[in-house]
Amino acid sequence: MPENQEVIEQPPSREIIAPGYTFGTVTDQISAVVLTKKTPIFWMACFSVGFGLLLLFLLAVATLLVKGIGIWGNRAPVMWAWDITNFVWWIGIGHAGTLISAILLLLNQSWRNSINRFAEAMTLFAVACAGMYPVLHLGRPWVLYWLFPYPNSMAIQPNFRSPLIWDVFAVSTYATVSLLFWFVGLLPDLGTLRDRTSSRFARFAYGILAMGWRGSARHWSVYETATLLLAGLATPLVLSVHTVVSFDFTIAIVPGWHSTFFPPYFVAGAIYSGFAMVLALAIPLRSVYGLQGLITDKHLDNSAKIMLATGLIVGYSYMLEAFTAWYSGDVFEAAAMWNRMTGPYAFAYWSLVTCNIVAPQVLWFKRVRSKPVLLFLASLVVLLGMWLERFVIIVSSLAQDFLPSSWGNFHATRWDWATYLGTIGLFLFLFFLFIRLLPMISIFEVRTLLPQAKVDEEVRS
Amino acid sequence: MSDSQKDLDLAAVRGALGARLDGARGREYWRSLDELAATPEFREMIEREFPRQAIGWSEDEDPVEGRRNFLKLMGASLALAGLSACTRQPNEQIAPYIRQPEELIPGRPLFFATAATLSGVASGVLVESHEGRPTKIEGNPEHPATLGACDAFSQASVLQLYDPDRSQALTLNGEIESWGAFFGALREALALQKTKNGAGLRILTGTITSPTMASQLAAVQKLFPASKWHQWEPAGAHQERAGARLAFGQTFNTYYNLANANVVVSLDSDFLASGPASLRYARQFAARRRVSGGQTEMNRLYVAEPTPTPTGSKADHRLPLRSGQIELFAGALATALGVAQGPKSGANADIYKWVGPIASDLKKNKGACLVIAGEYQPPAVHALAHAMNAALDNVGKTVFYTDPIEANPVDQIASLQDLVKDLDAGAVDLLLIVGGNPAFDSPVELGMRDRLKKAKLRVRLGLYDDETSEVCQWQLPETHYLETWGDARAFDGTVTIQQPLIQPLYNGRSPLEVLQMLTEAPDARAYDIVRNYWAAQYAGAGFEAWWRRAVHDGVAAGTALALRTPSIQGANIRANAEEPRLGGTFEAIFRPDPTIYDGRFANNGWLQELPKPITKLTWDNAAIMSLGDAFRLGVKTADMVELTYQGWKLRAPVWVQPGQIDGAITLHLGYGRTRAGRVGTGFGFNPYGLRTSNALWSSVGLEARKTTGSYLFATTQNEHMLDSERHIIHSAGIEEFRKNPEVIQESAESPPRSLTLFPEWKYPGYAWGMAIDLNSCTGCGACVVACQAENNIAVVGKDQVRRGRAMHWLRVDSYYKGEPTKPEIYNQPVPCMQCENAPCELVCPVQATAHSSEGLNDMVYNRCVGTRYCSNNCPYKVRRFNFYLYSDFETPSLKLLHNPDVTVRSRGVMEKCTYCVQRINAAKIDAEKQSRQVRDGEIQTACQATCPTEAIIFGNVNDPNSRVSKMKAGPLNYSLLAELNTRPRTTYLAQLRNPNPEFEA
Amino acid sequence: MIKPIYGVMAEFDSPTALVNAARAAREKGYRKLDAYSPFPIEELTDVLHLHKNKLPLIVLIAGIIGGLTGFFLQYYVTVIYFPINVAGRPLNSWPSYIVITFELTILFAALSTVLGLLALCGLPMPYHPVFNVPRFALASRSRFFLCIESRDPLYDHDETCEFLETLEPREVSEVAH
Repeated sequence: MPENQEVIEQPPSREIIAPGYTFGTVTDQISAVVLTKKTPIFWMACFSVGFGLLLLFLLAVATLLVKGIGIWGNRAPVMWAWDITNFVWWIGIGHAGTLISAILLLLNQSWRNSINRFAEAMTLFAVACAGMYPVLHLGRPWVLYWLFPYPNSMAIQPNFRSPLIWDVFAVSTYATVSLLFWFVGLLPDLGTLRDRTSSRFARFAYGILAMGWRGSARHWSVYETATLLLAGLATPLVLSVHTVVSFDFTIAIVPGWHSTFFPPYFVAGAIYSGFAMVLALAIPLRSVYGLQGLITDKHLDNSAKIMLATGLIVGYSYMLEAFTAWYSGDVFEAAAMWNRMTGPYAFAYWSLVTCNIVAPQVLWFKRVRSKPVLLFLASLVVLLGMWLERFVIIVSSLAQDFLPSSWGNFHATRWDWATYLGTIGLFLFLFFLFIRLLPMISIFEVRTLLPQAKVDEEVRS
Repeated sequence: MSDSQKDLDLAAVRGALGARLDGARGREYWRSLDELAATPEFREMIEREFPRQAIGWSEDEDPVEGRRNFLKLMGASLALAGLSACTRQPNEQIAPYIRQPEELIPGRPLFFATAATLSGVASGVLVESHEGRPTKIEGNPEHPATLGACDAFSQASVLQLYDPDRSQALTLNGEIESWGAFFGALREALALQKTKNGAGLRILTGTITSPTMASQLAAVQKLFPASKWHQWEPAGAHQERAGARLAFGQTFNTYYNLANANVVVSLDSDFLASGPASLRYARQFAARRRVSGGQTEMNRLYVAEPTPTPTGSKADHRLPLRSGQIELFAGALATALGVAQGPKSGANADIYKWVGPIASDLKKNKGACLVIAGEYQPPAVHALAHAMNAALDNVGKTVFYTDPIEANPVDQIASLQDLVKDLDAGAVDLLLIVGGNPAFDSPVELGMRDRLKKAKLRVRLGLYDDETSEVCQWQLPETHYLETWGDARAFDGTVTIQQPLIQPLYNGRSPLEVLQMLTEAPDARAYDIVRNYWAAQYAGAGFEAWWRRAVHDGVAAGTALALRTPSIQGANIRANAEEPRLGGTFEAIFRPDPTIYDGRFANNGWLQELPKPITKLTWDNAAIMSLGDAFRLGVKTADMVELTYQGWKLRAPVWVQPGQIDGAITLHLGYGRTRAGRVGTGFGFNPYGLRTSNALWSSVGLEARKTTGSYLFATTQNEHMLDSERHIIHSAGIEEFRKNPEVIQESAESPPRSLTLFPEWKYPGYAWGMAIDLNSCTGCGACVVACQAENNIAVVGKDQVRRGRAMHWLRVDSYYKGEPTKPEIYNQPVPCMQCENAPCELVCPVQATAHSSEGLNDMVYNRCVGTRYCSNNCPYKVRRFNFYLYSDFETPSLKLLHNPDVTVRSRGVMEKCTYCVQRINAAKIDAEKQSRQVRDGEIQTACQATCPTEAIIFGNVNDPNSRVSKMKAGPLNYSLLAELNTRPRTTYLAQLRNPNPEFEA
Repeated sequence: MIKPIYGVMAEFDSPTALVNAARAAREKGYRKLDAYSPFPIEELTDVLHLHKNKLPLIVLIAGIIGGLTGFFLQYYVTVIYFPINVAGRPLNSWPSYIVITFELTILFAALSTVLGLLALCGLPMPYHPVFNVPRFALASRSRFFLCIESRDPLYDHDETCEFLETLEPREVSEVAH
């Protein structure tokens, strides 16, 4: 009933939720974003940018399908370039969502309650974008289904020794589980929207999605178990996904790819970029929708700390990478590392070091962590840095491998750009649809954060 | 509807378009194509002939890239004529090559012997014919010049046959005419000539070795006593001719036998890779270098040359000298040998430091050594070489002389100047140009292009409608050598009767038939002309048998010219040449291009895309200069320079070449064609624009200065430096090797086979393997074209090559070792290694590449989804990806070219070398039919079959007695990147050099 | 015998009130009752004696099935169905199978979790009598409801209503079918 909504503006708070909220106000403030008739300019702007880029994406894909991979800059020996770079980048971004919703749940970090919803949405959409690339980068995308084992008249099956097949399973499982987790989390809130919307159509739609959820105590008890189980399953899964992605490189013998510590290195990097994306999304959103009371500076602070921690792990990995290359005494490894630092891709390498190791050190300072604007910029820098990291690992290693006679450098074409920007468009498009149509903060979980939610046993009759 | 009828329709289309199509390329060409498609005639033809138009394949950022599609383009538009005639066998009886000599079964179907000619000289080939379509050229083992090997030009000639850009219709000033009309016009002109004894009749040909044509020309001469026959061959043996005349007072034909030569001195002669007998020489040379079993004797090669050549790369001692200094060097050597009196020392210390040891080495090997003068060196050098060989009594042992193989060995420059004189005098009424392309490739100062127009009636018989056709009223379509009868002599005079494999595609006539039109019996067919000539020559009975044998073998028995022993005219041998002073200028060196020769192959995609030896440059020529000169001019590779020679100017891109001598700029002829066809037009620059009659091959006085702009080269290899840590090429000195046969094995680290976590796969039955002898390989690149022809490998065009997307399954890497000014040069052919632990297989998600029971690394094109992961994981980078639809599925005439035993790959799939699995299976089927094992040598891969030096050996490694097993067992055998434990089935034999110990002293 | 109505429902302001009411109802002997709240309240589980559910067991079994499926799918394909020499590796390259085995374990388990959840909650259930109570819409916002169903043996309309009034609810209302 949007008329009698009691929306209150809260000043930013050091707590994970501002004082003064009631079950009602929390519910109204969050659901208002969805149920209100008027759409903010901010949303309009972002959505139309996303939509525009999405159209560019469709153009790029159409051209790709008509003409072939040749429209990209990929070449021998750099057979993978921006396509796989973007794939790994997007997958990595996805990780923060699952981490927040699953791992922090298991660790009983109640501050997660107000950011997990849109973080999970971010995961889904990032995985959707990532999923585009393995498909599009195929020479013959239309036979994609050959990558799955199914009974067929060709009497041939996928090669289960290939990391790419592991990828297929890992990524599709990850996408499925994230979707389930997200939907289960949505159930009670869908119920709320169903009960609060004034439009018959919306009530019908949300009603179907809510499946008749009525908040019965019986449901709640099963529900709690289910969420715990899902969290328990999602935790090893999220760690495995980027491990498997890193196998794409470590299983190969290309110098610069073939190393044993990629899995932890990649997972850390993933969470790093993921939290950067969380901040990059949360900071503008909360100020536009006046949610500072629910997504408080405390949340930003915690996320920034996690970024710093994972950033340090990533930095350590860079050093380890260089060290092992030198210490191994392997001619090709050493040369690959040396070329990376001094060769045609030196600029990319050193800028990624700057973005990922040097810049984030400012997060040590509380003053920085408490300035949303600075945090926002920092997270953009990290996002760029992490993209460069993947680019350098993939392209510079391929460009100069074993036989100098075959060396060659990659140059991106305008279609590489179009495809990359295109997926960013796809992401924005989906994300802002989500903002408009679903509660971006888990309402029922925020209710539990309220002091009123405590049952004080003294009151006995 | 008859073929000629189709020609006319085609003409209508061309007419409808007129000039718009000519010279249009890339995107422009597209526009023209649309216009073309818009014309009703075209649509009609499409309906009738060719339902599917070639559309929908990629362009790229770069308009140049459009050229890549030349094959398809032409398919869509102009190649429609005479299709239904394509697979018709000639009516005359032609003799299939039935007898299969030991050790050779090149492929499946029928083989016919004939001969390809280059600059008039024959090299014998066997042509593979599928249901009447010639698809592949092999060498003719019976033929003295080829001995079963084959060079890139002959290999690619089959593409030229089907080239849709060939001259397809007889035209008068661009309008289609019938042969009848031409014949009428010709008789008219001849009637006039009859009245004045043919004073106005001129015939201009290239070098002619064909006895039949010689007799025709003689007949014409008799008919028109005042007529003249001129010859011009831009890359002909002018100097050799003059050299012999200088040394012996008359012209002789010279050839060598390297099998008997322990020491060879090359005076700027690229005898291993160019010249009519290079294939033979290369084989003989390699045979004397092969170190196997206990045999550790190697011949020794000294090379003095300005620009690195395949021969130079094999040299044990390579002395970079300017072309002009070679004479000085020859003189000094002759002096040291006491053949001539010249200075014993001079400004150029290098030379005199060298001649001592070389001379003593030669003296030690009297009768078993050889001095070869470069075909592009001045007569004096040839004379000195003749004298030295005589003095070292090599004549009859390593050097042989016969009467000239040419029908009329005149000084062609003089002959051409004579023609020019008559043209200026307006004395030429009827000029018949047979073949060649004088308007493009004559010396620049003669201005042939315009001068030709001074002849009243100009008739041109040519394979292409090219620069010369442009200035002639009549353009007659010439038949390709695979389309007609003829004959030609090889380097030693041996005659080959050329037999046709297919009816003329475009209703052309052969030179014989056209020349015949000038004689009493104008309308004879080529077959009768040739046969009657030889019937007349053949004394005695049994001509039929002789003829059949000659046609069948591709060699006419006993036609080799008798040996002669000419005597040196000592007076002419002088060794007091002055070194030409540069005086601040450069020395211009002109050479025929390694892949498109004098320009005649400019429209041949295979040859354009064949990386040139050592530079690995494709689709272009360049101003090749030394690092020093580049530094002095302040230029680097791909910068533009302006070259000026005696007032003639030319802009050209720089190519900085290690091993190039300071002060000399090498220019390869044949590029800069303006009317070659859609493949060749507009690539590179045209050095003919600087080439004058008195400096055909080299001359000082070339000025070069840096200008603005830079150029996009397309090379297949950018890094040539050999770093010692990556053991890519193993080499040793022969002495070193004699002392310690294990020297190679010690330097090559390869993990023991036991070093593995999982059980080994067993390969019972056959286990195919290959050994490549780096010691023999000259890097000529014939194998690359052979592979392309055998395996239907697509041409991708300059832009795609630039983007690193060349499709060759087999590449020849070249590396430099040592100081950049005079590096040692190594060549390394790299096919698929067929690793037993293939990294590519492990990572393919769909098992599109997996191992066969015989150890082949199979590639299943129709299973490939194109993740390109295999290529990333291939340490040898031998996998090729179809980024676009490179193969041509449309062009009708090119469909005929494809080898039916090999899949034509489509867009988005990976492809690579499979050891010519189609040949393996063909041989296995045979063997099974006869219930026996496949014999060793029964299977020859395309690259192996064509290799002049027999550097590539393929066979069953399970059979300890197979040649390949024996080679692999030897101490020189090593695996590329063995430390990765990929266990390649293709291994290499290390390169050995045989330096003269006296040089160390 | 079908009762004319589904039950009677009392509305409370706070979780505490609801918990107390529920406890009281239990003590009074009511068994067929259910509580509705906008967020999970642990105490209710004990008060209403909601026993441990079977979900974990279902998930465990599904997970095991998934794992076995994963491994034997790969084993069957590479060793029995399509045995071929790939990169010289043995047919049964079990280390390579680990990843997919793991992924399928998770996938099966996760799917069974969600399906199990829906099954145990009897969802989807588009219609339920409690929705007939107008104010019940607030159950998903800020109010807490206790419903005593007419199926309950002790159920007597007037008595039950009186009893609920004693729990100081904001309001007691009938739940029609």
